[in-house]
Amino acid sequence: MDGWTDFITAWKIPVGRWGKAFFDFLTDNFEFVFDAIADSLKYLLDSMIDGLLWLPPAVLVLVIALIGWRIQKSVKLALGIVLGLFFIINQGLWKETVETLVLVISAAFMSMLLGVPIGIWLAHRPRFYTYVQPILDLMQTMPTFVYLIPVLILFGLGLAPGLLVTIIFASPAPIRLTYLGITSVPRPMVEAGLAFGASRQQLLRKVELPAALPTIMAGLTQCIMLSLSMVVIAALIGANGLGKPVVRALNTVNIPLGLEAGIAIVILAIILDRICRVRIGATS
Amino acid sequence: MMTRADDRGSVRIRNVSIVFGENTAESLALADQGRSRTEIQEATGDVLGVHDCSVDIHEGEILVLMGLSGSGKSTLLRAINRLNHISRGSLTVNCGDRSIDVAACDGKELKQLRMNTVSMVFQQFGLLPWRSVSDNVGFGLEISGVPKAERDARVADQLALVGLSDWAERMVAELSGGMQQRVGLARAFATGAPILLMDEPFSALDPLIRTRLQDELLELQARLGKTIVFVSHDLDEAMKLGNRIAIMEGGRIIQCGTPREIVNSPTNDYVSEFVANMNPIAMLHARDVMTPGRPDGRRGQLPLSASVTPDTPLSDVMAALARRDGTIGVIDNGAVAGSITAEDIVRGLTRHRR
Repeated sequence: MDGWTDFITAWKIPVGRWGKAFFDFLTDNFEFVFDAIADSLKYLLDSMIDGLLWLPPAVLVLVIALIGWRIQKSVKLALGIVLGLFFIINQGLWKETVETLVLVISAAFMSMLLGVPIGIWLAHRPRFYTYVQPILDLMQTMPTFVYLIPVLILFGLGLAPGLLVTIIFASPAPIRLTYLGITSVPRPMVEAGLAFGASRQQLLRKVELPAALPTIMAGLTQCIMLSLSMVVIAALIGANGLGKPVVRALNTVNIPLGLEAGIAIVILAIILDRICRVRIGATS
Repeated sequence: MMTRADDRGSVRIRNVSIVFGENTAESLALADQGRSRTEIQEATGDVLGVHDCSVDIHEGEILVLMGLSGSGKSTLLRAINRLNHISRGSLTVNCGDRSIDVAACDGKELKQLRMNTVSMVFQQFGLLPWRSVSDNVGFGLEISGVPKAERDARVADQLALVGLSDWAERMVAELSGGMQQRVGLARAFATGAPILLMDEPFSALDPLIRTRLQDELLELQARLGKTIVFVSHDLDEAMKLGNRIAIMEGGRIIQCGTPREIVNSPTNDYVSEFVANMNPIAMLHARDVMTPGRPDGRRGQLPLSASVTPDTPLSDVMAALARRDGTIGVIDNGAVAGSITAEDIVRGLTRHRR
């Protein structure tokens, strides 16, 4: 090794150890907080899953098909939902599917709950957005496995940490799309609101949000898809669901099981995407 | 502080300057030295919107702010309801027995001003496409918290006024451009505001519809007597609609007067170039083209084809002459004021070209 490299590596900047010290500090001092969060999330998710599993599968399938039919006014979609979900039941993956559905919908719901207000707030402070953008990039590009470790330490194993990891990964989408939607409301519409004396609240409620709604709904669809893509990773830290059989199949080189679970995930993804898809022109 | 239906409004603009940017004081100092916009932008990075504009807009008149794009006409218009911040100068809106200092008033007063006193019509309509026609018309009333029942009644009146009653429950996207702008007009009328700001409202429409809406606006104005500030880049439109016209260039008002004053005595080359390219028929009257005094010997030999008053529109004079060849006598209070021949008309129509 030459002198230059020696010099550069002589004092390694302890980024890793600083991070560890930070998480040690959190676990030492605030463990009860994280435990409380993990426990309450786990309770919430478990009761939802138990409730849905208590229903006969056929009833739940019909309810989902009805929801799809109500939102998209399409009989074809409702039929597709019924066929797809019966196939999953046929493969013996119903329990896992319900667990994944609850995880994905809760993660998407909470990401929207966080992301939409943050997106609105940022849209009214465009300068601040330039500082937030790198954080959003970091949340989406940092390899998920890297923050699995601290989340695991802080929240333990199970559904709750799976949910949190999913939220970290999925919430940048609604933030970005809400920001995009609100900042691209046509200038004349905003001016019309102001010219008739709208307050900031009225402007937001009566002009900006309705105008941005299609874009915000696109954020919801993206959010659900991103959450679904985290299913396997969440399974690595003990979240039950369709990710579990995939991980098990990988560990035991079980091609049939992997294929069955994989197809079930794809079916679920297609169903959720079709239900949430914003029809072009539906809102304008 | 509701506006009464019979309240009239007027606007007094005094030495108003508007600068977009961070170094307002510096930019204004440069503007006062007579520097151009480009020079100011190079020196301070600011954009000079308008500089030192003064004009009074009287009760019940249509004042047209006229100029090419970038002349500052829309910028000045938006100062009246403070969509643009006024950097220096004073702008007072008078309504009934109240007067509001727009440059300095607080948020609450500004909201009142926008809800009750000044309303606006936009070039791109600025309608809300997810609402029905009637919900768009009722938008201003909804903002100021007018109860639903009263709102519906007032919306129905406005829709009848602009002839859209049958379209009340349609979505605005189903309407043609001309109809959409009628919705914009109805929305502006609905608040009962005595002052109306119109920012090139007809420029996005095709010529036939534009002419029709101009006529409709004049009809409505004859009935309602609003105070209208109308922005246009089209001198023919300005001449047709304006009681007075303020011509702007580079952020400054360079001439303000009645259409006739502007055609007859343009203050500089910029104005005369505008005037040279316009069609003067609509604004000329018999008195503008006649040869004054009793007809001389040569004219006297031509048969008298008709007689008119000095205020007869030129188009009527031309129609009379087309029906019967000869000389037209201009009679004012029983006495002969002058006479008009075909040559007089040709000369009158081209006099403004220099």
